[in-house]
Amino acid sequence: MTAMMAWTVPTTLVHLSAVDLGIIAFYFALVLGIGFYLKRFANTGEDFFLAGREMTAWVAGLAFVSANLGSLELLGWAGSAYQYGILAAHWYWIGAIPAMVFLGIVMMPFYYISKTHSVPGYLQLRYGSATSALSAVTFAIMTILMSGVNMYAMAVVMKVVLGWNINFSIWVSSLTVGIYVASGGLFSAIFNEVLQFFLIWFGALLIPILGLIETGGWKGMVARIQQNFPGQDYTHAWSTLGRFQDNPMGMHWTGIVFGLGAVQAMGYWTTDFLVVQRVLSAKDIRSAKMAPIIGSFFKMAVPLIVILPGLLGLAVLPMHLVPASSLQPGQYSYNEVLPLMLARYCGPGLLGLGITALVAGFMAGMAGNVSAFATVWTYDIYRPFLRKTAPDQHYVSMGRWCTLIGLIVSIGTAYLAMGFASIMDYVQALFGFFIAPLFGTVLLGMLWKRVSRAAGFCGLLAGTLSSVTMFTLMKLDHRWVAIFALSPKAQGLAQDMYQALWACVTCVVVTVLVTLVTKPRPDEELKGLVYALTEVAQEGHTSFLHRPLFWGITALVILAVLQIIFW
Amino acid sequence: MSEKHHIIQVWFFVGVLLLVYGFLILASGLAEWSHPPDIVLAELHAPVWWGALMLVLGLIYCIKFLPDRKA
Repeated sequence: MTAMMAWTVPTTLVHLSAVDLGIIAFYFALVLGIGFYLKRFANTGEDFFLAGREMTAWVAGLAFVSANLGSLELLGWAGSAYQYGILAAHWYWIGAIPAMVFLGIVMMPFYYISKTHSVPGYLQLRYGSATSALSAVTFAIMTILMSGVNMYAMAVVMKVVLGWNINFSIWVSSLTVGIYVASGGLFSAIFNEVLQFFLIWFGALLIPILGLIETGGWKGMVARIQQNFPGQDYTHAWSTLGRFQDNPMGMHWTGIVFGLGAVQAMGYWTTDFLVVQRVLSAKDIRSAKMAPIIGSFFKMAVPLIVILPGLLGLAVLPMHLVPASSLQPGQYSYNEVLPLMLARYCGPGLLGLGITALVAGFMAGMAGNVSAFATVWTYDIYRPFLRKTAPDQHYVSMGRWCTLIGLIVSIGTAYLAMGFASIMDYVQALFGFFIAPLFGTVLLGMLWKRVSRAAGFCGLLAGTLSSVTMFTLMKLDHRWVAIFALSPKAQGLAQDMYQALWACVTCVVVTVLVTLVTKPRPDEELKGLVYALTEVAQEGHTSFLHRPLFWGITALVILAVLQIIFW
Repeated sequence: MSEKHHIIQVWFFVGVLLLVYGFLILASGLAEWSHPPDIVLAELHAPVWWGALMLVLGLIYCIKFLPDRKA
């Protein structure tokens, strides 16, 4: 192992000491040990794919938010914060909290009562196999691509900070993830996500603490940013969104509110099976409703360890970072801001902890994607279309194998991510393709019993195709940006938001139009699937402190206060 | 967490992780006390107090969620 690590580029940010290597090695040993320990409990399909549906609200909630808090999040959003300023925090606040509360209060009962194993599984019940298959295939593609992004993020950290061989980093980590997920299924993935949650907080929280000490607090940091980047406003979340040209993102508030908050975030947090799968593992419906709400409180705090380090990078780093696409020798890209800050403040021991947190985040991101991929492939593609009747053990075995195959395929996609200025541009583009239209289809299906099978399929297909078309046109000819994103000044993330918005609108319009000219399904077939025909247990007998609604409203109030503070 | 399977709670594993890491980081911080590494704010000796915090939290988690041998 040491010999392989010794392949280094001439200049690296840091060199690991023995204690750092010991910290990293212990993490690998622990997760592999947990994977082998949990293998004995993952015997049935429900165990392997849904962790036996016996997780508490806290475990499911932490796994729910942690599945989204991988290295990708840390590196990508810290890079976006350096590039766009505090505007990147919108993806943690309006771009997450209302959607998480909405999932817990409104949508979770339908997922849970229908006893579906996945989001495509719900579409199978609501719209039939065509819509389910379309959703399953697009989701499978997205998870593989996302796994590739995680690998790329990992390779960046290892290359910049340690000078490790990229192939070594990718293969050792992928192999570890493959072993423990194939062993314990969703049990392993969730356990690792909870561990990773703690690791990330302890590994990353020192950066903002020490950074604020160095700059003399928030005001000192803002003053230094203004000194380093005169004329740009990086520290106001809303006041610069009145015009596209007033902020570094080229964003208008309509893009944040409607594109991000109402479509992209709602789509991701309520229909992306990667995160919804964690909530489906909850032991009862109250836990399932509470899990995303518990997660929302932690999600609100994540900018502290992701966005703030990016802003501190603007204030204290002696060099100016550049887009990855225009990187010259001796320069660093936006995505490397977090490793640079880590190297700035952390010596032996803490450095190992920070690196382990990033490695854990990467591995949890991989594990989340491949466990969701294995479930959707096995239950929504393989079982309905390739082998309808087989023993439960056969499907568990298929889940284990496609975990490993999914990992191998996703290695190839890692290189796709390298062509984007910011990792998050790539990710948001993917979400725009598949998640934004899916939200329209799922929501209409839950709230309007009149929607027909054909309407669901046509709407989802039209939304996805329109999204891919808009993305392609904007990449081929910049004049399309002014049309779809409403301004030629709209940058990558702003383009993604409007792309998602129009894709969802297209999906909804097509779904409504086709519904009006097709025959609805009988009410008897829709019980437990749509709002008007589902009995959701009331919580009148429980105290308000145990009600998901109370905590959901509390989360929204705190969100509003944060917006005012950072206006 | 597990009623059907009697799985060791994840919080115990969290405790083990924090305990081991806290010990390693605290020890490392104490070892370098007189010759701190060449980093910004090294004089604050962050590994010492951060490692101690992790050690204490890890100990609490390990004790509170120690697996029940009868289960």
